[in-house]
Amino acid sequence: MRIDAALFQGLSWNLMADVRQLVAYPFMVNALEAGTAVAVLAGAVGWFMVLRRQTFAGHTLAVIAFPGAAGAGLAGLPLAFGYFGACAAGALALAGVSADRSGSHSRESAATGAVQAFALGLGFLFVSLYHGLLNGLDALLFGTFLGITDRQVVTLAVVATAALVLLAVVGRPLLFASIDGAVARAAGVPVRGLSLAFLLLLGFAVAATSQITGALLVFALLVAPAAAAQQITARPLRGLLLSVGIGLAVTWLGLALAYFSIYPAGFFITSLAFAVYVVARIARGTVRR
Amino acid sequence: MFAHEFMRNALLAGTFTGAACGVVGYFVVLRAQVFAGDALSHVAFTGALAAVAFGVDVRIGLFAATIAVALGIGGLGERAGADDVAIGTVFAWILGLGVLFLAIFTTNRSTGNGTAAVRVLFGSIFGLSGSEAVVAAAVSVAAIAAMLACARPLLFASFDPEVARAQGVPVGLLGLGFLAVLGTVAAEATQAVGALLLLGLLAAPAAAAHRLARNPYAGLALSAAFAVGAVWLGLGFSYVEASVPPSTAIVTVATVLFVAAAGVERSAAPRLLQWRRATPR
Repeated sequence: MRIDAALFQGLSWNLMADVRQLVAYPFMVNALEAGTAVAVLAGAVGWFMVLRRQTFAGHTLAVIAFPGAAGAGLAGLPLAFGYFGACAAGALALAGVSADRSGSHSRESAATGAVQAFALGLGFLFVSLYHGLLNGLDALLFGTFLGITDRQVVTLAVVATAALVLLAVVGRPLLFASIDGAVARAAGVPVRGLSLAFLLLLGFAVAATSQITGALLVFALLVAPAAAAQQITARPLRGLLLSVGIGLAVTWLGLALAYFSIYPAGFFITSLAFAVYVVARIARGTVRR
Repeated sequence: MFAHEFMRNALLAGTFTGAACGVVGYFVVLRAQVFAGDALSHVAFTGALAAVAFGVDVRIGLFAATIAVALGIGGLGERAGADDVAIGTVFAWILGLGVLFLAIFTTNRSTGNGTAAVRVLFGSIFGLSGSEAVVAAAVSVAAIAAMLACARPLLFASFDPEVARAQGVPVGLLGLGFLAVLGTVAAEATQAVGALLLLGLLAAPAAAAHRLARNPYAGLALSAAFAVGAVWLGLGFSYVEASVPPSTAIVTVATVLFVAAAGVERSAAPRLLQWRRATPR
């Protein structure tokens, strides 16, 4: 599919030549640009998500992204519309559910499991109604870095910038509310509003990440870099920067590896992110001792 | 509808798989191990695609992967200190591995397309052969028998592990055995509803039964009945309206049942509170 031009020479082990070759194709440049925007956004939002222990919410939103995108494809709307629409709606619904937190943990997770399975089933229905075929399904679930258009890159960049600005504005109170909600509330921080705003941010980050990694592999960029960063440092600013840095490195390396091999980017990105997390955990364990 | 062989096979396999999912799922919900079920569904995907990639029977990969990981979860248990973050990271990686196996499979065979992955992810209950359906039914019956045989001590251990242990119930062993059965059922159900929708059949009927039943045995029976009903209705609907995939229809019926149960519970809450108070956590 991509080995169709004379430009492709395979890996030469000459770093400069390899990098030059990597950016010779517009599709690859688009992929790297989109990946950069997504990695920065996911790294920053993911850091707060891990801090706030909302990984399960992130997982649920990622699952909801799939029927959103598939439904948009079926209705002839742009996929980005489906991703962002579904994730924003899902974030609002999650905020509503957590507002009347009356049920026990076991009941709640059973309900969420049922809803997730239903969302996936709905997505499958849309895909099979669409007949736009199975390659599309693979891309929705496991991501693709081929065929990212210029418009998609612009959309992702705009969303990432807007979300990061919002995060910068609410960052300090959000940190306060995340670490000690009760004290923050007593100090007059609008904890509730902040948690809604954060869920929306999370929805946007998930929607953006899904477009690169697919709905099922979102955690690779959203959780793993942030979790690794929090193993290494407890200081907020350093942790955030580290999380973004790890996300960027993993994305760039993963895309490059996928370009030079026949295997999918999703595998490389998840494996690299997982490796960084494992190394960080082991390193922390040895330092402690 | 019953004139078609594929339909008879689907009903045979679906009925027993559904019943097994309902019974095991009830314990999953009681024991708050929905995450373990979620984990096993991810593993099922990777296991099946690994088998496909290396040219082994899919079922070997499915059963080997899910049972091994189920035992691993049970063995590590609380000691590993695995939290949501660690679990999420591991799952993403396991799915990533599955994508690798999928790629190996599709590049090895030039005719390869996405069908193998779709079958594993979303099931292919209409594609089961007669012998596959019989095996599915047999495995499910064995799983149900195992669950019912140790239902009493397992319920005891699920409700109050400390007291059960003090009474001499082998709590750890029961938990391990339960996870092994869960792995078996997950592997079996993956063929019917697929790895991704498995959680729906496992959690939704059980959660519905848990909300309605007054005692655990009634809950078990109700959960199995809900799951079988979901399979039957789903299969029937998918047969009539062919554009709706059977697994989607099954999971949709299960979810509707769950929502209805939640609604009934809310309107009849005071009457049921007594049993709810007796339920731990």
